Amino acid sequence: MKNEIAVLEQKHETAAWMPGVTDVNLRINGEAYELKLQPWVSLLDALREYADLTGTKKGCDHGQCGACTVLCNGDRILSCLTLAVMQEGSEITTIEGIAKDGELHPLQKAFIEHDAFQCGYCTPGQICSAIGMLNENKASSRADVKELMSGNLCRCGANTNIIDAIMEVKEGGNHE
Amino acid sequence: MNNFSYTRAQNVIEAVQKVSADADTKFVAGGTNLIDLWKYNLTHFGALVDVNAIEGYHLIEEKSDGGVRLGAFAKNAETAYHPIIENRYPLLSRAILAGASAQIRNMATNGGNLLQRTRCYYFYDSTVPCNKREPGSGCSAIKGYNRIMAIFGTSENCIAVFPSDMCIALAALDAVVNVSGPGGERSLPFADFHRLPGDTPHLDNNLNPDEIITSIDLPEKGFSKNYSYLKLRDRNSYAFALVSVATAFELDGDVIKDARIALGGVAHKPWRVKQAEEFLRDNMASRENFETAAEIIIKDAVAYEYNSFKVELTKRAIVRNCIMALNPETQLPGAQPSA
Repeated sequence: MKNEIAVLEQKHETAAWMPGVTDVNLRINGEAYELKLQPWVSLLDALREYADLTGTKKGCDHGQCGACTVLCNGDRILSCLTLAVMQEGSEITTIEGIAKDGELHPLQKAFIEHDAFQCGYCTPGQICSAIGMLNENKASSRADVKELMSGNLCRCGANTNIIDAIMEVKEGGNHE
Repeated sequence: MNNFSYTRAQNVIEAVQKVSADADTKFVAGGTNLIDLWKYNLTHFGALVDVNAIEGYHLIEEKSDGGVRLGAFAKNAETAYHPIIENRYPLLSRAILAGASAQIRNMATNGGNLLQRTRCYYFYDSTVPCNKREPGSGCSAIKGYNRIMAIFGTSENCIAVFPSDMCIALAALDAVVNVSGPGGERSLPFADFHRLPGDTPHLDNNLNPDEIITSIDLPEKGFSKNYSYLKLRDRNSYAFALVSVATAFELDGDVIKDARIALGGVAHKPWRVKQAEEFLRDNMASRENFETAAEIIIKDAVAYEYNSFKVELTKRAIVRNCIMALNPETQLPGAQPSA
């Protein structure tokens, strides 16, 4: 369910007296979103509270946990440390946008097969981060993958299975 | 947190005009440190000027003098993985990749890396005194839990450390910082860019508030054969350095023709001791000489209650890293010690 204040803010008569509200046009998962936002709304809050895409998680909100990782023009970034207004013109991809035609992304399948989560809170960030990492193509070993995935914390301790899942997709070469 | 307005600048002159016209306006590029500090209510501004759309400052390019220019708005990851940097300045590439996380390196810019603020816990805790946050209020770290704090160049007002990895390599490489302001352009040698705390710990560097970093120049000499970056921290990855060392040698057989040793995590700025580098010059590349150089560096160390371990750790890290620099192939991902 949408944040009620966020819904109100989208109405023109409400937006008029909200300080600093401006039109922010975002492209998320291939779709255009015309939002009315205050400039200090983070990309993370815009996704969750205004675009109703709650797959992206808010963990620490300070760039320490990686739960809010999304893809920005194909590069993995932390949506908590950028402002939505700074991302006008960018192509944002969230966990909601990676399955194709009802078919799970290979990393989503691998996470299920390898039991690569317990509570699941870090999972959207882990998967978006892994997609970004595989696109970067800088990891040549399991040790490299661990190092390049260190920005995503898992407090349940599923890390071994997470790395297993990523290694399987990496070695299969099917990660777009 | 406070409210602010937002605009995008199209060129450097426009951006500088906006910031110099209003002391309450700040530049934003990657935002990875600024937005975090804003959320913690540690930095305040009435307006942000986004400089990311300004063209011409995102490139990594070779210069006619043989050196390389790093655009200030290029991302840390683009810089670390750029073929010119990987081939000619691998020390810089390794140092960048030892810092932050892959996501943050995709966002953070080269100019912003130089301007990141300390990670001192007391600076972040707005309920306690901190001379860096609130000049004149006192330093909570000196008699506090000061395990992560500085051992070189401290003052009675501040013992915080500068957290960058990238800047430790830039210091070792003798980079030059090019800035633009209302009065025009100027260049600062890297050693003169960051400050020691002294009586003004609220000033991290010598950039004026209405000046912007436009590029960083690397001299021709990149030490691509013998270099190493070693980072020691409380967990293997994605943590700030307790001690880090950037080492670069130019060798002629077993004889050192040029040596650079810069330390991170131990001072308010990247720390170099020229006397130790001069000792190594024209000397043999031997463990004994590396130990002597390390002794020269740590003789000025002043430790506090909980960080005295850093003195010995620094000494050992210097020796270890000098040995690793003789054979860069032995280095592991994440700037960890090799076997």
